[in-house]
Amino acid sequence: MTALCLVELDGAEPADASLRAVTLGRSLGDSSLGAIVFADSASVPAAALADYGVTEVYVIEPAALDGYAPQAWARVLAGLAAETGATAVLAAGTDRGNEVLAHLGAITGLPMAANCTLVTPDGGQTHRLVRHRWAGLLLEDAILEAPVALFTVATDSVSPVPADAPAAVQVHVHKPELAEGDLRVRATESAGRAGGVSLGTARVVVGGGRGVGGPDGFAPLEELAGLLGGVVGVSRVVTSEGWRPHQQQVGQTGTKITPELYLACGISGAIQHIAGCAGAKHIIAINTDPGAPILAHADYAVIGDLHQVIPALVAALRAR
Amino acid sequence: MDILVCVKRVPTVGGKITVTPDGQEVDTRMSGFTVSPHEECAVEEAVQITERMGGSVSVLTLGPEVAAEQLRDALALGAGRAVLLETDGREFGPIATAAAIAAEVRAHGYDLVLLGNEASDTGDYQVGIRLAHELGWPVATGIKNLAVSAGSVVARREYRGVEEAYELALPAVVTVKEGINLPRYPSLPGRLRAKRAAIERSSPTWAPEGLRKQALRVPASSKHQATVLGHGPDAVPDLVRVLDELGILP
Repeated sequence: MTALCLVELDGAEPADASLRAVTLGRSLGDSSLGAIVFADSASVPAAALADYGVTEVYVIEPAALDGYAPQAWARVLAGLAAETGATAVLAAGTDRGNEVLAHLGAITGLPMAANCTLVTPDGGQTHRLVRHRWAGLLLEDAILEAPVALFTVATDSVSPVPADAPAAVQVHVHKPELAEGDLRVRATESAGRAGGVSLGTARVVVGGGRGVGGPDGFAPLEELAGLLGGVVGVSRVVTSEGWRPHQQQVGQTGTKITPELYLACGISGAIQHIAGCAGAKHIIAINTDPGAPILAHADYAVIGDLHQVIPALVAALRAR
Repeated sequence: MDILVCVKRVPTVGGKITVTPDGQEVDTRMSGFTVSPHEECAVEEAVQITERMGGSVSVLTLGPEVAAEQLRDALALGAGRAVLLETDGREFGPIATAAAIAAEVRAHGYDLVLLGNEASDTGDYQVGIRLAHELGWPVATGIKNLAVSAGSVVARREYRGVEEAYELALPAVVTVKEGINLPRYPSLPGRLRAKRAAIERSSPTWAPEGLRKQALRVPASSKHQATVLGHGPDAVPDLVRVLDELGILP
């Protein structure tokens, strides 16, 4: 039995979200776990994938398919699934993972379950699964009945865990057969923020909410984030008020974060915000209101005005 | 430019979300209904495009009779025509939903169909893409900037800090995210017009799908009350100690 997992890369390494997906894929218990990677075969992180139990790596080189084209990527997955007789095809629940698997669902006419946290084979063509609804504020227990189970894995729920022992891995260069129209929608990528830390993968996120008070109040948060090697994230009210750009929003309609530490400053903790930060390993809240809902989700709290606490914290860190 | 915007009636959730005793629905006894923020932005985007280029905005929802409320909200914001694909209360899966919307698109003809990137309740992330495949149209998802010209659109989103641009020939399907614009508030004349507007209705066919909900539940709570380190700047030494213990400090 074979499961196939689309693996995205973050530089030269498998993306964290993809390792979470591979971890869930391994739990299905198939004898063969394939990773599908769109990259140059010379730069494919086969050993890192073997550590997570991947037995086969299928590489689609830029010469065959260059850049991101969602429907073409889905066609590749469809072709490999047919070739290997896969009974499950999965991806990380990222923008790309959900998009490619939805295309795969449309191409094959099969159902697709987005953002699963648990998937268990239940005999025949049946899988039992648990998936996110409301961005993880609710869980859905569901049955997926299909000859090939298509699903994505929530990026903030399954921890990436290496296999007990690395698998013996084989790398195959795969030449895809595309259909007409598969390449008519493809991404043109512009230069990114070089060397910048992105919100979705940052190790530390310093969050600012209504308590920051206005667009001019974020400098101390930026300074603190810089000292901790992190980035600033904000609540929905901050972006709806136009204080900060929307791409900094943490929450159901923004980014879901998975840092080691989320320092939530002046954020009350509406559940749409909790949906975005529940994947943080530790949460510390700084809030004037000891009754703020965020305190029920935080490990530690400082009761006080962020405008006093953060400068004092910055000073203490600089003094170390 | 004739644009169709698809919206979905979902419960308004505020401080807390709970499910009915049978585990089948979100408990809405204490809440109102709305559409997802992504879809509010889709309506706004469509209205802005037609304000610039001319054309029409139609709004569609698939749902029970009461979902007409969400259509009227969109009419108040500037949509000119509303279509209710009226269900008998059963939850339509993404495949049946896409098929029902495709039937309306074929019957009426549009240049552009806008949807939210995902419905905030079911979070299926696929209706727009399945719709595009049904129609044989190109599709871009998660879009936060849209430039429309006569025969094509350029749709942009950011992925891992890199901006991606997609050029799509029209007709096309685009799913958008909050942040693409700041939706306006409805005007009083808009509200009055919406109240009087006729709503076109049809009854789509429900079909079972391979993904079947068994029950909804609130995740086992990791809820615990935070340990209060102290008050104001006096708490900073303890805060630094905790950051150190958690391995956060460089």
